[in-house]
Amino acid sequence: MAQVHDVAVVGGGLLGASIAWGLARLGQKVVVLDEGDAVRRASRANFALVWVQGKGAGMPPYANWSVEASRQWPGFAEALEEQTGLDVHYQRPGGFHICLNEDELAARQRVVEGMYAQGAPEGYGLEMTSREDLEKALPEIGPEVVGASYSPHDGHVNSLRTFRALHEGLRAFGADYRPDHMVDAIEPQPGGGFVLHTEQGRVEAAKVVLAAGNGNERLAPHVGLFAPMMPTRGQIIVTERVRPFLHYPLGTLRQTDEGTVMIGDSKEDVLDDGETRVPVSTVMADRARRTFPLLNRLNVVRTWSGIRVMTRDGFPVYDQSASAPGAFVACCHSGVTLASMHALDLARRIRDGGLGGALAPFSARRFADAPETLLNSDAAA
Amino acid sequence: MTPMFSHIPADQRPTLEIFVDGQSVRARRGDTVSAALLASGLDVRRDSAVSGVPRLPYCMMGVCFECLVTIDGVGNRQGCLIPVAPGMRVEIQRGKRELGK
Repeated sequence: MAQVHDVAVVGGGLLGASIAWGLARLGQKVVVLDEGDAVRRASRANFALVWVQGKGAGMPPYANWSVEASRQWPGFAEALEEQTGLDVHYQRPGGFHICLNEDELAARQRVVEGMYAQGAPEGYGLEMTSREDLEKALPEIGPEVVGASYSPHDGHVNSLRTFRALHEGLRAFGADYRPDHMVDAIEPQPGGGFVLHTEQGRVEAAKVVLAAGNGNERLAPHVGLFAPMMPTRGQIIVTERVRPFLHYPLGTLRQTDEGTVMIGDSKEDVLDDGETRVPVSTVMADRARRTFPLLNRLNVVRTWSGIRVMTRDGFPVYDQSASAPGAFVACCHSGVTLASMHALDLARRIRDGGLGGALAPFSARRFADAPETLLNSDAAA
Repeated sequence: MTPMFSHIPADQRPTLEIFVDGQSVRARRGDTVSAALLASGLDVRRDSAVSGVPRLPYCMMGVCFECLVTIDGVGNRQGCLIPVAPGMRVEIQRGKRELGK
C-alpha cells in the first residue's frame, strides 16, 4: 500500500530527533511520534559531553564509531546552524579524565593501555598527562590532582540548544512531529509497511525506527527486534555563572558556554528521577572542589537527577528486523556524542534500507538471549 | 545631576563609610548595600552575566537577583539582603563572577 510517511521514528529525544532530522534532510517524509513534555528525557538531563576517551573498551568498533562521531560533529553543528541560525556551541579542545590519587592514576593507565591493546582507532591520540603538563592546560587544579588522561577528540556542546535546533530543523524540513503520541503497539503489514497504534490513533509508515530510549525494550518485540536495556540514574550539580576559567571539558566537570559549571557522572541503580540524593551530590561536589579548590566559593543554583539510557552491556545496539524488514532499532547511551553519526550516517543507511556491514558489530545478536529475527549483518548491503 | 534616589532628611540614623570601587560613600546604618548604592549618586549599574546589559537592583527583597555585587571580595552577593557595615568594600560586577571572588 502507498504510505504517506516513508519513515515513522518512535521517540523525539536527541536520538530520535537526530535520526529523523537526517532522514528529512535526505528528502524522506518523516513522522516523529513522541511522548509529552512531562516524560523522562535523558535529552534534557544529560551532561552534554561529546566524549570519546575510554568508550568502546571491550568493543573496538564502538571506539571507532565514537572517534568518527567526534570528527563529524563540526560539520553537523555547522549544518544545524546554517539551517536554524542556532549556534550549538560545539567545542573540541580535547578533554581530560582527572585522577586524584596514585590508585586512580594506575587504573586510568590500564584503561589507556587496554584501548591500544585491543586495537585503537587510527589517530586515537589517547595519552596520559603528567601533573606538570596538566598545570599548563588547567592552571587552577588543586594539589591532590596527580595526573590525567587526555584525548584530542573530546569536546562538549550546548545539548539543550542542539535539541532545539534539531526540532526547529525538523519543522523546517517539513517533518511531521507529533507529541503526546506514545506508541502502544506496532503491526508489520503483509506486503510491507507498518501500522503504529498510538494514544491518538493509527499512523502508517513504510519503515519504522525505534528510538525511544529505554522504552525500546518494550517496543522492540513488536517487530522482531531486541533491545535489552539497563538504565541507571545520574545526578548533576550546576553552579552559578563565572567567567571562563576552564577551557577543556573533564569527564565529570565542565564549564558551559554561558559560564555555569556542571558537575556530574554519578551512577546509581535507582530509576526514580523525582529526587536527588545529598550523599551522592556530596561526593560529586567534594571531588569537584578537590580538582579545583576555587570552586569552593561558588554557589550551587540547581541539582537534578536523570535516567540514563543504557543498553545491558553499555554498547550501542543497531539492528534491522529479519521478520519485519524495514523496522530498525537504535539504542545507545551517548545520544549527544553520537548525534552526528545518527544524523549523517545512520539516517542514510536507514533510507537505503540496510545498516551495512560496518554496523554489524552493533547487532543485539551479541546477547545470548537475542531472538533469531535480527538482520544486522546485511552482508548484501 | 540629581540622583534618582536620596535619603529622607528626617532620617536621623548615623552614617558610616563604605567604599564602592574604591570610592568613599556615606551610607546610613541599617541601609542595605543596594539602598546605599542607589542613594550614592554613582553609576552603580552592573553588566549582566550572559548578555552584558546594564542592570540595577530591582525587587529589593531578595527575589530577582538583579542586585548581584561583589562585597569584601566575594562575588554574586545579593546587595539588597546585606546591611552595610563600616569600611565595607563593594565592587560593581562587570559580567560574570570571577572564580576567585
